[in-house]
Amino acid sequence: MMDWLGMPVAASAHAGDVDRLMVLVHWLMLVLFVGWGGFLLYVLVRFRRSAQPVAMHKGMRGSWSTWIEGGILTAEVILLAFFSIPTWSARVDAFPSEQQSTVVRVVAEQYAWNVHYPGPDGLFGRTDLALLGPSNPLGLDRSDPAGRDDITTINQMHFPVDRPVIVHLSSKDMIHSFALPQMRVKQDAIPGLAQPVWFTPTTTGQWEIACSQLCGLGHYRMRGFYTVESTAEYEAWLAEEAAFLLEQ
Amino acid sequence: MRFFKYLVSTDHKVIGLLYAGTSLCFLLIGFALVLVMRWQLAYPGEPVPLVGGLFGVANAPGGIVLPEFYNQLGAMHGTIMVFLGVVPLAVGAFGNYLVPLQVGAHDMAFPRLNLGSYWFYLAGGLVMLASFFVTGGAANNGWTSYAPLSDLAPGHGQTLWLVGMGLIIVSSLLGAINVITTIVQLRAPGLTWFRLPFFVWAQFITSFLLLLAFPALQAAAILQGMDRLVGTSFFLPSGLAVSGQALNVAGGGSALLWQHLFWFLAHPEVYVLILPALGIVAEVIANNTRKPLWGYRSMVYSVFVLGFLSFIVWAHHMFLTGMGTTISAFFQATTMIISIPSVIILSALMLSLYGGSIRFTTPMLFALGFLPMFGIGGLTGLPLGLATTDVPLHDTTYVVGHFHYLVAPGTLFALFAGIYYWFPLATGRMMNDLLGRVHFVGSLVCMNLIFMPMFVQGLAGVNRRLWDGGEQYAHAQSVLSLNVTMSMAAFGLAFFQLFFMVNLFMSLRGGRVVGANPWQATTLEWSTESSVRAYRDPYVYSLPGAAADFVPQDQPAEPS
Repeated sequence: MMDWLGMPVAASAHAGDVDRLMVLVHWLMLVLFVGWGGFLLYVLVRFRRSAQPVAMHKGMRGSWSTWIEGGILTAEVILLAFFSIPTWSARVDAFPSEQQSTVVRVVAEQYAWNVHYPGPDGLFGRTDLALLGPSNPLGLDRSDPAGRDDITTINQMHFPVDRPVIVHLSSKDMIHSFALPQMRVKQDAIPGLAQPVWFTPTTTGQWEIACSQLCGLGHYRMRGFYTVESTAEYEAWLAEEAAFLLEQ
Repeated sequence: MRFFKYLVSTDHKVIGLLYAGTSLCFLLIGFALVLVMRWQLAYPGEPVPLVGGLFGVANAPGGIVLPEFYNQLGAMHGTIMVFLGVVPLAVGAFGNYLVPLQVGAHDMAFPRLNLGSYWFYLAGGLVMLASFFVTGGAANNGWTSYAPLSDLAPGHGQTLWLVGMGLIIVSSLLGAINVITTIVQLRAPGLTWFRLPFFVWAQFITSFLLLLAFPALQAAAILQGMDRLVGTSFFLPSGLAVSGQALNVAGGGSALLWQHLFWFLAHPEVYVLILPALGIVAEVIANNTRKPLWGYRSMVYSVFVLGFLSFIVWAHHMFLTGMGTTISAFFQATTMIISIPSVIILSALMLSLYGGSIRFTTPMLFALGFLPMFGIGGLTGLPLGLATTDVPLHDTTYVVGHFHYLVAPGTLFALFAGIYYWFPLATGRMMNDLLGRVHFVGSLVCMNLIFMPMFVQGLAGVNRRLWDGGEQYAHAQSVLSLNVTMSMAAFGLAFFQLFFMVNLFMSLRGGRVVGANPWQATTLEWSTESSVRAYRDPYVYSLPGAAADFVPQDQPAEPS
């Protein structure tokens, strides 16, 4: 079934849970549709006027429709209670510790993803609306000791594989939605609210960040890129970015 | 002058027909907008053939649709189809024309309020259309008008959208009060509640939804209008920066508040789109199977439950706004529960076919097409209603496919069924059967070719509302060519609607003249008496021992 659905490659730890439920729901849908469709075709042929000149006033007898409805309800309760709610709870209630995770800020704006890594000290520098400028879209205060080593990029994210990633998501202007299809991650970035989202990449690869919420005329091109790589490659990328920062 | 006389008539039939004509025009306009979008999606950045030069340099220089214009088309397609097309046709036209007749009343309870309702609707529609011609064009923030995008949108388009919505909401409220009062107060003698046709029940619950849900959007529209016009910040939080500039607004508002207010209306609104359709399909099925509806009472109870539950599912549109486990569990649970009464009604309609003597008339074909199409629309709501599977599907074309299956081959098919079915009631003439069948088959095939690929694209992760149809994204490449398939099918769908339009106009003058009850139906709208009395349940068909295979509701009981 998963192959038929044609979803993007599942490359995060929780993607399997999402996909399993997706498959189960689609099986339920398929069974119901085929069952109803078969019944519909049967009655249309069997009870066409030429085959059944006089209708039965009483119609169908028996209570099996009640059983089917009960069955659907049971299936839905199982999907909800044993699959959807537990998976959701694991996503939003059980955040990993920041010490053991790659922590990054993403600030969305029309039409780019501003990415903010805390640098070697693990602390995000202060940001201020007054410092916004073409070369400083985050408004990062480089005079703040915590901010000196911070690494910033636009539309580029790197994550080490097999280590949890916590993204602190926010927006400067409109509502955007931060989607990493291969991670089965999508989270609205809403101005005025801080939205944390986390996941653990399990497969290396290079993919795209998509904006999923209409955010203006450039919504269609609000595309970023993310790379999941080995820890060594990730460290090398950080070092490269840090060297670039020193040059400036 | 005759035309003017119609415009000020307080007769419910005239108002119903005015609603029908106007809403069909709006459906055509809304459809035309999406045809331009479909061209752009199939051939991004290529000039629109034939009509490309008509959109003006600001919208489509050289006939090439700009992203700003694409977003206008998208927002206005949704707005026009929902608020100016389908709801006015389902409630304003069918409700106005049929509810008084089916309950045996001479007119609506408040005829002048009824006329007022039409005028507010027309005014709202004209404001919406006019907004295309102001600087900056029409609203381009989606039919959902999420703040802050809509709050901060330049130009007057969004403001006019708010004004238009305000007028449409007033119209709906006036109509809803009227339908409710008419059904409660003006039922013919003997027409007890459980003798009402299912269509009347559907209109009754629909009117309560309009009455109770729309004021939330009315309030929200006023708040957003104040944000736009007088500098309040109901939907603008502090610390906004647009285009690299800190925004000089009071702040302190909430962007999310708009979504709650909007969806508090817009989810019940979904049932406003669906319930009248179910009502029409029930009437057509009972008549064309020549037997009573199966499970009439459970259908009535289900429609009550649906109406009530539709008020507590709204935030399932907002699972990705940062929802915790408890709230998401609540809205997932209510969403699963609401599927049960829907299943009961759909099952009852299906089971009603069993044992019938089915006549495949044109209205019946549309009603039968409705059943599996509506089924697909309902079933694809399941993975969207479960928060976990909503994550990959949210805001993809899967969602677009889901609600279009409900509303296009769903509700629109039901409305077509209703038009073919009640056309002889309004005109004394039949619509052409052959043209009707071509219209049905062509529409059924094309609609599936348009909306089925949306599920495929959506599962692959292609987002909706993309000006280039997802051309830039790597994950969209394998399913990108479906955009051409869908657009071709959309143009095919347009072609097959010509059969309907020709049929409609041709039959007005030249349709086969028929008697008062050409479908041999039982319900009171077909009665020729000026004062009716109901003696029995609505669908007494094929009663063993009866003289004919139908016994009209108003036929006096034979003395025994």
